[in-house]
Amino acid sequence: MFGYYLDLALRSLKRNKALTALMVLAIALGIGTSMTTLTVMHVLSGDPIPQKSAQLFRVRMNVFPDDSFRPGDKVPDNLTRRDVEALLRDARADRQAAMSAGAMVVAAQGEPLRVATRYTGADFFPMFDVPMRYGRAWSRADDASRARVAVISSVLNEQLFGGVDSVGKTLQVGEQSLRIVGVLGDWNMNPRFYDLSNGQFGDSEQVFLPLSTALDLKLSSSGSTNCWSRTNDARAADAPCIWLQYWAELDTPAKAATYRQYLQNYIALQQQAGRFSHAGQAEALDVMQWLDAKGVVPADVRLQTWLALGFLGICLLNTVGLLLAKFLRRSGEIGVRRALGASRRAIFLQCLVEAGVVGLAGGVLGLALAALGLVLVRHQPTDYAAYIHMDLRMLLATFVLALASSLLAGLLPAWRAMQVAPAVALKSN
Amino acid sequence: MQIKPILSALKKHRLATFLIAMEIALACAVLCNAVFMIANRLTAMNLDSGVDESSLGAITVTGFDPAQATDLNARMVAGLRAVPGVESAQVISSVPFGAQSLVAGISLDPSGKKTPAVVQFYQGAPGTIDALGLKLEAGRLPATSDYQPLSGQEYFPAVSPVLVTRALAEHLWPGQNPLGREFWMAKWQFRVIGVLSHLSVSQYTEYAEQGAEWTVFVPTLPGGQLAGTYLIRAKPQDIESVMTTARAAVAKIAPEVVLDHENSHSVSFLRERFFRTDRAMAGMLVGVIVALLGVTALGIVGLASFWVAQRRKQIGIRRAIGATRGDILRYFQTENFLIVTFGIALGMALAFVLNAVLMKFYELPHLPLYYLPVGALALWALGQLAVLGPALRAANVPPVVATRSV
Repeated sequence: MFGYYLDLALRSLKRNKALTALMVLAIALGIGTSMTTLTVMHVLSGDPIPQKSAQLFRVRMNVFPDDSFRPGDKVPDNLTRRDVEALLRDARADRQAAMSAGAMVVAAQGEPLRVATRYTGADFFPMFDVPMRYGRAWSRADDASRARVAVISSVLNEQLFGGVDSVGKTLQVGEQSLRIVGVLGDWNMNPRFYDLSNGQFGDSEQVFLPLSTALDLKLSSSGSTNCWSRTNDARAADAPCIWLQYWAELDTPAKAATYRQYLQNYIALQQQAGRFSHAGQAEALDVMQWLDAKGVVPADVRLQTWLALGFLGICLLNTVGLLLAKFLRRSGEIGVRRALGASRRAIFLQCLVEAGVVGLAGGVLGLALAALGLVLVRHQPTDYAAYIHMDLRMLLATFVLALASSLLAGLLPAWRAMQVAPAVALKSN
Repeated sequence: MQIKPILSALKKHRLATFLIAMEIALACAVLCNAVFMIANRLTAMNLDSGVDESSLGAITVTGFDPAQATDLNARMVAGLRAVPGVESAQVISSVPFGAQSLVAGISLDPSGKKTPAVVQFYQGAPGTIDALGLKLEAGRLPATSDYQPLSGQEYFPAVSPVLVTRALAEHLWPGQNPLGREFWMAKWQFRVIGVLSHLSVSQYTEYAEQGAEWTVFVPTLPGGQLAGTYLIRAKPQDIESVMTTARAAVAKIAPEVVLDHENSHSVSFLRERFFRTDRAMAGMLVGVIVALLGVTALGIVGLASFWVAQRRKQIGIRRAIGATRGDILRYFQTENFLIVTFGIALGMALAFVLNAVLMKFYELPHLPLYYLPVGALALWALGQLAVLGPALRAANVPPVVATRSV
């Protein structure tokens, strides 16, 4: 029966080519724009580390002294060095790493290179599943001894050493030399969820070295630093400044619950110690909660998505109108079919098949338009432009959306078509 | 033209009429808000930086030892002045649309408990004000003695005479004379000696609680923290070639530093880059509007054509009993006008709902009322244009059709 309906639908669509083209075009335009913006949304709100996003937690605290504390303020993202060192000492998570972004100038042939740097701990690499091409990450012992070691990216390894195994070579930073212990494999997190304050999208850092070493060498760090009273050195051990990011890995939900309790106890102890008299705040957000809290998807992108969906709505209304016109124009034909014994259900299905064919055709054209739209998006001056691409799921979603919206648009006209009274339709013919 | 027969005809096609009207309503709502958003972006893009953008550029270098700042500044300024075409080269903290620097909350009393404004501090050596082309509106420009050195790693002198913009003065001391007023940032004290007409911040986001022109100019001698960024002035027609030469010259002037390629450009270029996303968004909105109006028009054409075909016989009868072609044409035009009017009425309400939602999530201002009549006119015009073809076809139906049976 379906084959027959399909044949009828194709014949009917061929009969009025202009109207068919109009409907297909309307659906294609709506689907094309919607899928373009939805793909951008999909990429931007995607899970950057699906295998571990439920086990990695960003730790945030509010330990402001009373005169800087404002109730109702958001919990600050960063921690003081004092709290970070306490948490690292306790080491209650399966793995934990404090970190900060920085930049330094390394000697190279020709012009010196300015490279983005991450100061962190040994746990960083297993926590974030960072692959190593050569050598390995530094050890916790290196953290403790402030070893002059570094891990470099494969890009920098290519630039400085021509891509050969550079483990054991030195990286010259001003007067200091760092021993290279490892070279990263390809590793880019987009969005760069582990530190959203220094560019949410982009390549990973070129150099990684122990935070303790960076502090020892007084290397400059970048990123948000917030001090609540005067200080000469915002990086000092007891500085009244929040500037360090802290991540913990907790492998089971039970451990996460225990860890959250530990954080509450820690805050309560700080309050008892007299650092502040308000209740304080401490929380651990998993990766998706953290991305959500930071609003990684730009407001413009959300706006574009709503606009596109509104546009799809208009296109569908348009299709409803045109399908209605098309079906009712065939009242006579429908009357004949009804008089010959077709049930209302059969008419309804026949109309829906026709709508579905229009939808699929619109989906194919819409996919082409979406591909074109994504090319335009990739040429936009945004930091995420390079990472936007359509994956298999979005490809399937295109057809599902096209089919679903055309069937939705077909419902009402098909309903009206099946209501055609055979006698009246035959008579008026 | 009688409206009543049209209305009763439409009543027989309630569903189709309603669909077209809804389409017009949605189009009206999206059209008004999209045009409004474009207007907002364009206003933001017209930000007056207060400086002679077309003659200015910045060179930024990093990676030098802070202890060498004074020596570096001297070499850089001398070296850049020697570049052919450079009219002046000065040490400056930042330029409008360049890298953001020295942004901080200020307070009107030394305790620093309340911060009524987050401002950007510009620091510049003697001659910077002239080179930037800043316009003084009240008070006086800093004298030579007002330019103080920075000691050690301090950001400002202990007490500085400063220039503030008119916008910042109005924000801090509304309706009062700002000259002689004082404000604080951490331990540093500032006294207003003059008011600038305009000077925009480097990096402006409309979502931050920061005015686009909340800026302070602190006269400072180069050295210490004030090092690494250099303002270049050249003739507007030369600026791009001068900047290219200047960028290349840095490697010879100071081989030990790293040129910040990102931030070493003419101010015109930096401005263009800064507003690139706004322009892209405005472009995309224009695209949406065009597609929207196109689809709506096509929908009207499609449905009107269907109706004309359906009523061929009735049209023929009307023509046979004396209706002129004009009557038939006007019938379809009036019918379209009625449907579109119905849609617009709905659309105006929808436009305000949409605006309210946008205001909630995107900090957009209120939709001005005059957008509605303009939007209505546009849609009426669109409807009339779209229906013209089918209506003309209807007017051409010969009366003889009445006598034929299908």
